[in-house]
Amino acid sequence: MAEIPILKIGDCLLVSIQVDMHDRLALALQDDLTERIVADHARGVMIDISALEIVDSFIGRMLNNIAAMSRVLDAVTVVVGMRPAVAITLVELGLGLTGVRTALNVDKGLALIRRIIDSDSLDADRD
Amino acid sequence: MQIETDETIPLRSSDDVVRVRQAVRARAIGAGFSLVDQTKIVTAASEIGRNTVDYGGGGTLRIEVLRDRERRGVRLTFTDQGPGIPDLARAMTDGYTTGDGLGLGMSGAKRLSNEFEVKSTPGQGTTVILARWK
Repeated sequence: MAEIPILKIGDCLLVSIQVDMHDRLALALQDDLTERIVADHARGVMIDISALEIVDSFIGRMLNNIAAMSRVLDAVTVVVGMRPAVAITLVELGLGLTGVRTALNVDKGLALIRRIIDSDSLDADRD
Repeated sequence: MQIETDETIPLRSSDDVVRVRQAVRARAIGAGFSLVDQTKIVTAASEIGRNTVDYGGGGTLRIEVLRDRERRGVRLTFTDQGPGIPDLARAMTDGYTTGDGLGLGMSGAKRLSNEFEVKSTPGQGTTVILARWK
């Protein structure tokens, strides 16, 4: 089974999904990412879905789960690069991806992760 | 109404669900669907195809490209010989699931289709027919 590579950039993990994912692959990615957040002490996770032609409820659930798990592990997840046709279809499907932060592209995604991490540490300093 | 193309493909595993998405995409492009319409019917096919594999124990998908005067459409017929759906009305409700999904498959696929019909006999199987027109 092909694996989806997880790249480490500073304290962030970057995943770019370039294949049409079957369900087991989606579950494997969810597990791999969760382990890597802990192993690499990652503070941010960015998932690039610009190559995905559809996001159905299963893939949507995977994205929700990754966001929820990373939150529990003190990391922030940002999904970037969703195609407009995918966004339109997701909303009609009834999947809001509530709880998942999104950004238009990788650049904006990294900036968003940085901002969230920095404001977290500011809050921690004040406490 | 004319049937321009007609093919049936197996649905046994989650790999087959990926193949179904690709086959439906190819036919939707052939029927001249816009990118948004392609994405909607492929997503609906993914939802129902997964149900056929996960709940129906596998089955088949028939893909037809239809022409009705100027209109063209894609009709998908998912058939399985699984346990059937005991409570169709509930199965069509957002958030209802007997598995571990989000319960959006049936209701979501219906919203993404122009025509949607489910026939199910407990113990004998389920047929879902959906169509989207250009």
